[in-house]
Amino acid sequence: MSPVLRLEGLHKSFDNLEVLKGIDLEVARGEVVVLLGASGSGKSTMLRCINFMEMPTAGRIHFDGDLVGRERNGRVQYKEEELTRLRARVGMVFQQFNLFPHMTALQNVMEGPRTVLRCDARECQRRGETYLNKVGLGWKANDYPARLSGGQQQRVAIARALAMEPEIMLFDEATSALDPELVGEVLETMKGLAEEGKTMLIVTHELGFAYTVADRVLFLSEGRILEQGTPSEVLTYPKQQGTKNFLRGHGTFRLPEPQID
Amino acid sequence: MGYEWDFAIVLRDFDLLWLGLVNTLKVTGLSLLFGVPLGLFLALLRLYGRWPIRLPAAFVIEFLRTTPPIAQLFWFFFALPILIGVEIDPFRASILTFSLQSSAFFAEVFRGGIQSIEVGQWEAAKAIGMNRNQTLRRIILPQAVKRMIPAFLERAIELMKTTTLVSTISYADLLYQANSIAQSTFRTIEVFTIAAAMYFVVIFACSVAIRRLEKHLARSGETIVH
Amino acid sequence: MDYRWDFSAVLVNRALLLEGLQNTLILGTTCLALGLFFGLFVGAARYSANRWLHDPASVFVEVFRNTPVLVQIMWFFFAFPIIAPFQINAFTAATLGLTLNTVAFSSEIYRAGLQSIARGQWEAGKALGMTYWQQMRRVILPQAIRRMLPAFMNRAVELFKMTSLASVIAYGELMHKAKVISTIAFNPIEMYTAVALIFFAILFPATVLVRRFETSRNVRS
Repeated sequence: MSPVLRLEGLHKSFDNLEVLKGIDLEVARGEVVVLLGASGSGKSTMLRCINFMEMPTAGRIHFDGDLVGRERNGRVQYKEEELTRLRARVGMVFQQFNLFPHMTALQNVMEGPRTVLRCDARECQRRGETYLNKVGLGWKANDYPARLSGGQQQRVAIARALAMEPEIMLFDEATSALDPELVGEVLETMKGLAEEGKTMLIVTHELGFAYTVADRVLFLSEGRILEQGTPSEVLTYPKQQGTKNFLRGHGTFRLPEPQID
Repeated sequence: MGYEWDFAIVLRDFDLLWLGLVNTLKVTGLSLLFGVPLGLFLALLRLYGRWPIRLPAAFVIEFLRTTPPIAQLFWFFFALPILIGVEIDPFRASILTFSLQSSAFFAEVFRGGIQSIEVGQWEAAKAIGMNRNQTLRRIILPQAVKRMIPAFLERAIELMKTTTLVSTISYADLLYQANSIAQSTFRTIEVFTIAAAMYFVVIFACSVAIRRLEKHLARSGETIVH
Repeated sequence: MDYRWDFSAVLVNRALLLEGLQNTLILGTTCLALGLFFGLFVGAARYSANRWLHDPASVFVEVFRNTPVLVQIMWFFFAFPIIAPFQINAFTAATLGLTLNTVAFSSEIYRAGLQSIARGQWEAGKALGMTYWQQMRRVILPQAIRRMLPAFMNRAVELFKMTSLASVIAYGELMHKAKVISTIAFNPIEMYTAVALIFFAILFPATVLVRRFETSRNVRS
């Protein structure tokens, strides 16, 4: 069976700044992959290239075995309609939630099925309720985002992405904008999805979460994959110096080593 | 100051003034009816058109905004009929002028409103597979319009004030009626004062309503775009 | 649509048009200067807590903001002379109407600008032993005026457009000259097009300047 997602030599530059310097990656169906890396390592950019929120500068993206775009003279060209159709099959959850403030929680979740998939009213309703319940917010269906806590907003945003019944879910630092006490409920929701067998690609700073949920952990550094493997391989027994430095930075506070000349 | 005020003589002709006010509101209303959709259209061209469309749209907007409305009105009333060989009556010339003139201002209100929506809203819509038209229609405009309401109403009031110009091409609006009553009764000061008061009542009522609305929107957490 | 444009009559009469433009500028700058000057006092009165200052100022501002400027000009030209103890010509009437209108609108700009300055600035001035007007002149206005500048420039653009209304009471500014020439030369198309272009040529750069200023200010803050 072909992987859901395959990246080949993905490059991305902003003006003169090269953020991604050739990423190769395969994500199998049902796999949960966590991307780690320092800020500026390119992990968010990589995620945003996958559903073409940012246009890759070079490289190929295969989705379900098919190349996205058309290759001509060694360069891939994209049509906006094709990308729009692709995005409907890829779910994305943002750091800032980005709920639609003029719609209730339920309307937010139904918006994709209604406008993009053109489901009939009953199907929209069914999906709306199903996925709101799935994130445990069926009881908030008629509340507007302004009335929800940050954690609840992010769970609605997850339901909104799920309602498209996407083949892969992308999480872009989904808990970074939340107050510490609200992080747990969102991670719990994400963990539930992972256990159900959703294919997920997650950018996060929560190492404990990565350890328990990930099938595979990637460590990005300066636009390249520096190291990858199972959680215990990367997080417990890192081989690369860059990974070790990063993990040390995330450890508890330590006393500085005594300096002896 | 031995002037003897006499409002009675003017109040006898009050129905004429009333008719004038109705005509003022008619010109304002019809110009809004055409000017607002046209303004949205111009704003979208200016925001999302390729340059051969964007630049002319921007030029039209800026030109209509920075030339005096009276010059525009005279152009459409005195010049355009010669150019196209068709008579244009004062009413049609007025509607034409003020629809176009206000559309330029509304275009800028729309543009400001649309640009005030956070980029995250565009991204969220894009991420669930919406195209640009769907995003504008379902996500961006409903939010933008809500924020624009006060600025929009202010523009409508400005428009009503500007329509007094139609009196100069003999359309029977409130100012025109006041002027003609003044000429027949010689109670100039009373007539003009009453006409001014009538404008004030209508416009001030609208201003107060806007301020209320602004406060209400500010309370409900919506930012306001001017 | 086979009209043949002919701008020669515009060029032949350029001396008249230039005189009109000069009058437009005289009227515009006079009203702008007077309007901004008196606007400060009215704005300060509206900002004041003393209701004997605040209430009359508010009435004045509301009346002039909520009636059409053409009605104001016509009132001063046709109605006011009847009770005024002095002669009023077209220039005086237009100046009165446009100045008072500018006073009303600019006073609101001053007021909003003053309100945007934090209270602590007043208190700091007071603590140094400054009087009210010293605080205003030395501490508050220098900060507030920077913020108010784009709004004033927009107002100035509006004012210059409004000067064309003086043509209705036959003051010889640009629009009026154009009207006269077009009746004699029978070329309203070229004449009014020329007037519109002249206004555009002068006012468009001004609006660009305002926008530049606004964006640079936004970037800084």
